[in-house]
Parts: sequence; C-alpha cells; structure tokens
Amino acid sequence: MSTAPLLIEIGVEEIPDWMIAPAVEQFRAMVGKMLTEQRLGGKLRVADGTPRRIFAIFDEVLEQQPDAEELVTGPAKAAAFKDGKPTGAAMGFARKNGVDVEQLHIEKTAKGEYVAVRKRTEGQAAKWVLGEQIAALIPKIYFPKTMYWTGKNGVRFIRPIRWIVALHGDNTVPFEVAGVAAGYYTAPHRHLGAATVGVNAENYVDQLADYGVIVQAAKRREMILTGISQLLMGRGLLAKMDEALLETLVYLTEWPAPILGSFDAGYLSLPEEVLVTVMRHHQKYFSVTDGKGKLAPHFIAVMNIKEDPDGLVRQGNERVLRARFNDARFFWEFDQRRKLAERVGDLANVTFQAKLGSYLDKTNRLVGVVKELGGNAAAERAALLSKCDLTTDMVKEFTDLQGVVGGLYARAQGEDEAVAQAIYDHYKPVSMEGPIPSTAEGCLVALADKVDTLRGCFAIGLIPSGSKDPFALRRAAQGVVKILVESGLSIPLARLAAGDKGLQEFLLDRVRYYFKDVRGFAYDEVNAVLAAGHDDLPDVGERLAAIQAVRPTADFEPLAASFKRIKNILRQAEFEGGGGAVDGNLLEAGPEAGLAAAFEDLRTQVATFRGRKDYRTALALIASLRPKVDLFFDKVLVNAPDENVRRNRLTLLANILTEFSVIADFSEIVTSF
Amino acid sequence: MDTFQETIFKLKRYWSDRGCIIQEPYDVEVGAGTMCPETFLRVLGPNPYRVAYVQPSRRPADGRYGENPNRLYKHQQLQVILKPSPNDIIDQYLGSLEAIGIDLTKHDLKFEEDNWESPTLGAWGIGWQVMMDGLEITQFTYFQQCGGIDLDLVPAEITYGLERLVAFLQGKDSVFDIDWTREVKYAEVRHVEELQHSVYSFEMADVGTLWRLFELYEKECQRLTEGYKGFPRKERFPVLAAYDQVLKCSNLFNLLDARGAISVTERVGVIGRVRKLAVGVAGMWLDQNMPAAAEVGQ
Repeated sequence: MSTAPLLIEIGVEEIPDWMIAPAVEQFRAMVGKMLTEQRLGGKLRVADGTPRRIFAIFDEVLEQQPDAEELVTGPAKAAAFKDGKPTGAAMGFARKNGVDVEQLHIEKTAKGEYVAVRKRTEGQAAKWVLGEQIAALIPKIYFPKTMYWTGKNGVRFIRPIRWIVALHGDNTVPFEVAGVAAGYYTAPHRHLGAATVGVNAENYVDQLADYGVIVQAAKRREMILTGISQLLMGRGLLAKMDEALLETLVYLTEWPAPILGSFDAGYLSLPEEVLVTVMRHHQKYFSVTDGKGKLAPHFIAVMNIKEDPDGLVRQGNERVLRARFNDARFFWEFDQRRKLAERVGDLANVTFQAKLGSYLDKTNRLVGVVKELGGNAAAERAALLSKCDLTTDMVKEFTDLQGVVGGLYARAQGEDEAVAQAIYDHYKPVSMEGPIPSTAEGCLVALADKVDTLRGCFAIGLIPSGSKDPFALRRAAQGVVKILVESGLSIPLARLAAGDKGLQEFLLDRVRYYFKDVRGFAYDEVNAVLAAGHDDLPDVGERLAAIQAVRPTADFEPLAASFKRIKNILRQAEFEGGGGAVDGNLLEAGPEAGLAAAFEDLRTQVATFRGRKDYRTALALIASLRPKVDLFFDKVLVNAPDENVRRNRLTLLANILTEFSVIADFSEIVTSF
Repeated sequence: MDTFQETIFKLKRYWSDRGCIIQEPYDVEVGAGTMCPETFLRVLGPNPYRVAYVQPSRRPADGRYGENPNRLYKHQQLQVILKPSPNDIIDQYLGSLEAIGIDLTKHDLKFEEDNWESPTLGAWGIGWQVMMDGLEITQFTYFQQCGGIDLDLVPAEITYGLERLVAFLQGKDSVFDIDWTREVKYAEVRHVEELQHSVYSFEMADVGTLWRLFELYEKECQRLTEGYKGFPRKERFPVLAAYDQVLKCSNLFNLLDARGAISVTERVGVIGRVRKLAVGVAGMWLDQNMPAAAEVGQ
C-alpha cells in the first residue's frame, strides 16, 4: 500500500512562550493516536513549535485506509433465541448493527455463548479521513486560557489561527478551522523575507530557515547558548545562566540572536538585587559577571531577528535599561530622604487588613510577639522597622523585593548589621524549597510576623477552607514550621497559637505536611512521633529520622505490633494503674520475670540515650526487647485468675508502654502483623 | 525626526485611512482610553465600529512630582478600536509603526503575553504587550468581555503609550525632553501639571472628602440605574450620564488608592462597588440600543 508523509502546521498569532512546548507535546500525541485509530499507520519524524506555529511531520501515512473487520458481541444465546426463533433482543442487536438477523452467528467465549456479528468497514481515501479528523482535533489542543475571535460562540484557541498547512504527499488535506482553509502556504518570520512561502514535508524545515524561522526549539536554544559564548569570548565575562529565562527566550523567538549591551558602571552602586531584578524580570536579560562573580556593567538580550548591524537594537535596549535603572536610582535616592525609622508612623496610613488595622498596628503587635518569643534588642528593632519599606517607592515598583529593600536601606542608614539582615530575610522562606533566614534574629522576626498574621486572621474568622486561602495562611504556617524545624527553635505550637485550638490544629496539620510531603517521611512514622509529643519540632525531626533508620531492622515492626497489643489489652481491662511499682514477688518465674528484668535493665539505658538525644540507640535498645515480649505473650496469661497477679502484670505492661512511648507511639506504626 | 504632535497626526491619519472615526478625548477623568464610552460602550452589541482617539489618562499613583524621567501622573494614550478585528490586524498594526518611521527590519519586535483585565469595568481580554528593542510600545488586546457581558463581535484594541513611543523615536532618556513641537519641550507643556497633581494626590487630597464624593457619585448612578426599568421612553434615558458617574467613582478610587487610604481587603470591596455600577450601565446601554440582544444576553 502506498504511503506519503503528512505535514500539519497550525499558524497562530504569537502564543505565550510557556504554553508552546506542552501544546506541541499534546499535538504530537493527538495526531499519532488519531493515525493509529484510523488505521493510517504513520511514523513521527518531527514535532515542534515557535511562537507562531505548532507543527508535526509523520512519515509513512497510508493513502488509503485499509478495510476493517470488527467482531461485535451482543446478548447471550439463551436470551437471543427462544425455540430456535430470534427474540426481540436479537432483532434489536441486529438492527443496531445494521445487519439482518440471519447474519448473526453464535460466538463461544469463556463466559458462555453469545450472539455476535462480524462488521466490515470499508476503508476510505486518507485525505477525507484526515481532513475530518484534523479539523476536529485542532480545537481540542488544551491551553490554560483561550479566546474566541470569530464572534460569540466561535472556535476557542490560544490566539487567532491565521493559516493552516496540511499536506499529505503533494496533496492538500481539505478542511477548515475557524474559517481558515488548509493549504500549503506558511507565513515565515514577520520581518525576514516574505509574507508567505509554499512548503512541503520535505523542504519545510529548510524553507522556513531560509526565511528566518528556526522551527526546532532545541536548535534555537543552541543558537542562544553559542551566541552568548561567542559574545563573551576573551572578555573575562560570564553570563549568569538561568534555565527558566533561557526557556522563555527559546519560545519568544523564531530566530534568536543574542547581543551584548552595556550600562554605565556607576549604576553598580545600586544593590545587585535591584539590578538583577530589573534585568531578569522586567527586561528578560541575562546578567553578566566578571571572573570573580561580581556583577559587570553588561547584559545579554536575545533578539528575534538575525542581526543588529547599526547597533539600533543594542542602543534601544541600553536606553530602556538606563531608564529602568534611573527609576531605581531615583527611587533609592528619593527613599533615602526619610529613614526607615522615620517611616514607622506612616504605616498608620497603610492598611494591613480592615479588621486587623494598619501596618502600624501590625508592627506594634509584631514587636510584642518578638518580645513574647524571647527576641533580643536587635530582633525587636528589626521588627519595628520591618514593614517600613512598604512606604518606599522602591517597593511600590519592585514588590518582589519587599523585605530585601528594607534590609538594604537599614544597612545604608547605619542600623546594626543584625537588624538589617533580619529585615532583609523576614519574608523567608518564600517557598518550601527556599532557605530560612540566615540569622537567629531573622528567624525570630520572620516567625513572629507569620504568627501574628495567623493569629489575627484566625481571630476574625479568616480561616482557609478548601482552595480558598486569600491571605496565604497555609504558606505562612508552612513557613513557621520550616523555620522552627530548620533553625532548631523549640517553641510549642500551643504557645504560638496562643490558646486558639483551631490555629493549633492548623499548624499541626502543616507539621504533618512538612514531614510527610516536604521531608518524605512515611505517614505512620509521622503520626507515631507526633503522638508522642510535638512541643519541640526540631526534636520531632530527630525522632523521625531515628524511627526511619531503625524501622527496617528485624525487631522493630514486630515490637510495634506488640505495643499495639499491649495498648488494646490495657484498654480492654480499663486499666488505670500505670506508673505504679511492679511487685517482684508476684512475678511468675520464666518469661514474665524475664521480661520484667529485661525492662528494668533497659529502661535506665534507654533513658540515658534518650537524654542525649541519641534516639537511634534508644530505639535499637527498645527493639531488642522484642524476644522477651514475644515469649511473654506466648507463655503467660495476662488475665490471671488471681486479681493481684493480674494487676501486677498489667502494671508491668503499662510501664513498658509508657516508658517506651516517649520517642514515638509505636501503636501508630502500621505493621503487617 | 517627527515631533510629538507630528507622530500623533501620522497615527491618526493612518487609522483614519483604515476607516476609523477620529474622535477627540473624552471630557471626564479616566485612567485609560478603554474607559471612554467610545470604547467601553461601543464594543458592546453586534454593531461594527472603528474609532481612534488620543486620551489623556490619569493614574494618580504613578505621579512622581515631575521628577522621574519616565513616570507620569497623566500620560497620553492613542487608542484604536477595530470591531470586529480584521484578519490582518497585526499587519495593519505593524504598518502603523512603519508609518511613524520605524524600519521593522532593523528592530527587535516581540509579542509577549499580557492579558488585560479591568476588574472595575468587569472587562477583560487576551493579548500582548508589544516590545520594541526591550521597550513596551503598545498594549494589544482582543476584548472578550465588557461590563460582564460576552462580546458579540471581538474587537481589537490597540493602545499606544505616546510618551514612551515618542521618547523611543526621538532617542530621549526622559519624556520631559521630548520635542512636543520644534520649539517646545514636553516639560514646558506638562511639568507643572505633574508637580501640582502629585502634591494634591499624595499630600493634600482630603480622604474624608474623597470618600463622600465617591458615595455621592455612586448614589447618583444607583438612583439613575434603578429608574431605568420603569422609564417610559427608553431612548431618552440618560445612560451616558449614568456612565459618567461610574468614571467619577473610578477616578476617586484611584485617588484614594494613591493616598494609601484603601487596604487590600477594602480594595476588593470598593472595586466590586464600581464594577456593579459599570455592569448596570453596560446592561442598560445594550438594552437601549439593542433590546433583543440584551434579552439574549440575560
């Protein structure tokens, strides 16, 4: 059977850069699946995209769909025929499949005998099948946000579709989407050559390259990287590599060409954070450093055009950057007219939340919380000044830099380094992967800030529910947990929640999330450790690490199962007498006395290691009790007829349970026993 | 090199040649050309429309006392509406850049995703910021919804930020250095206005008074809107006057915002109040002009 390559290109007005790669991937999969389902064969040659096109080329696509035969089974034989005559069920089945009852046959299957029919579908010419299928498939490509353009209720797509190329061999596949008929003309680069150019599957990639479009994303990436290294060669400069920015630029261009621009070295007196933010986020430039990692007065912009022979593009970008830096310098100088310390009062005019008052109110509370948590003078000072940068022009312009700007200003205005650094860091961690503040003062202020927000919002009923969390309280609580654990601050959650049970539970929930999803501990280990106390989160972390280490050892899970048994026995006996002394005289010689002796021997050792926070050794010792416990349950009847003996046994078990459940409540461990 | 006003003349001529009515600026304070009735109301309903105009746009929070080279309390937008948008709209737009002297083969042009949304107007659209050599020179939007109503015909809105564009064309680092005419600089025309309005917006505007004014305009708009249903001869009903009250509220909101008098939570509420007025007016306008269309829309 003869085959031919299939080329499909969807020509679109500029697609948002971050949506292109996922759309290409979907399109490739959808076309491949469609070809298989339509029995048209096809082998993927290439699929890729640029801002203005998504395309795929499949080789060996059949020109004629083969005939198909399909076995359709219907009702059971018994229901289809009564006394050898077809019933309504059989006739219905035949009608549904467009055949006469006589054409039905009986098919034997593992489940019994059923009525069945062999249906033949005659293959059609590929171009009709493809036309119909591709027309239906294109609007199904998923984009996060779509639009209509042909009128209300018209086709939706990411941006207007302006042309479609669909060629099977030399023939156009006939179809249309949104009033655009498929053909063989494509639109090349907007400013590099022609308005339209004819293509086919064989010359598509080269023809477009001739007219200024590099259709392969990987090649554009390579052009950017090679271009950058050529620009910097021999200059002693390094581009700050930034994978996300590179990806953005690959999909913002059809013919990428990097250029090196410069700015006045005088701007380097502005903080690096500000300069980099301007270059990276506002201008999509790579910043450049000298050999020692210091920012150099250069930048790399990536053009969507081949050359800049007259330097117009470079000059234009330099002028824009100069304006941006001038803005920043203007903000910096304007902001220095009033020190942070003089701005505290201004915070009365900046509302934090209608019911929780202004940022001045928040600041006062924040200072209070810092004191409450035992902060030093530097932490208190940092708390007092921490929100003042909200009144500065720099932060109004670069909102991402709040806190950072405050820290930089504090340093420039002669505040203590500890104060400046704490302000700089106090919004950290910005994500679960991000670092916590680098100093003790910073941790405390960051913690207090989040705690104040949580307490305030919970007090006025702004509690997150479902996906609704407008004040990002989950993130705040997550930050609290991360700071506590990673800075080693042991402040009980109850104290942070200040008596709000709902908030305490909310924080505890974040503790679980943190250890499970961020740190990767098993849920039952987390439950076991938290059940044994969670006032000291750094300690929770250490106990968890120990459990995780000891768990795979042979004795651990069986012992956990035994502890669960002990707990059940005590509950069933409604036993309340734990903690009392075990009467040695009442112990039966053998397994019971052996367990009691082993326990007495272990408890002091365990306590010693626990005291040193050597939880692994302590747990290993506890696990070593397993054979004695097993033997005890094997040989000894807890519910002894003699009440005193029984009580004594329960006391022994209760003591073991209490004593050894301080690191973790083993009964929470899910075992296979 | 063209002066500020020559560039404006050329753009107006260019769009006039493409079937646009050349309107003059609207005479109520607005934050953007989109808010003028020529855009906000005309994009509603099934009637085609093409219009272009310069609209001075007030953004109190952007005021910088005339000290910042690129920030303005008031800037001029050249606003173009083509309803429905023609298939070659981008080529037409690129043609307008050539018409003001830009050689597109020598500059780097990128269309970067930037979807426009105006919560106060219940309006949004899909589009780009057009970047020329790293500078945003145009906002390009395909409107999808206005006043909470899905649009029958999708208009293309092209908004040129004139100061920025002309500073680029004239190679100026500060908008105040733009040649407005051959003899007169931008600063001579506008600097005083920048300074005085910044002083007012940031230092002297009385928050209590602004709130009272906001409520007065809001009430007036509500009163009108409530009277629409029972109004006998609909074509006489002052929908346009009601819309002016919405614009007043919007500008007062911006002033209060610049003054730092609106908190994050309050913001949502106040925006909602303005949007409610805007949505009411859009509904009335559609009913008044296209009774059948409004019913279908409801």
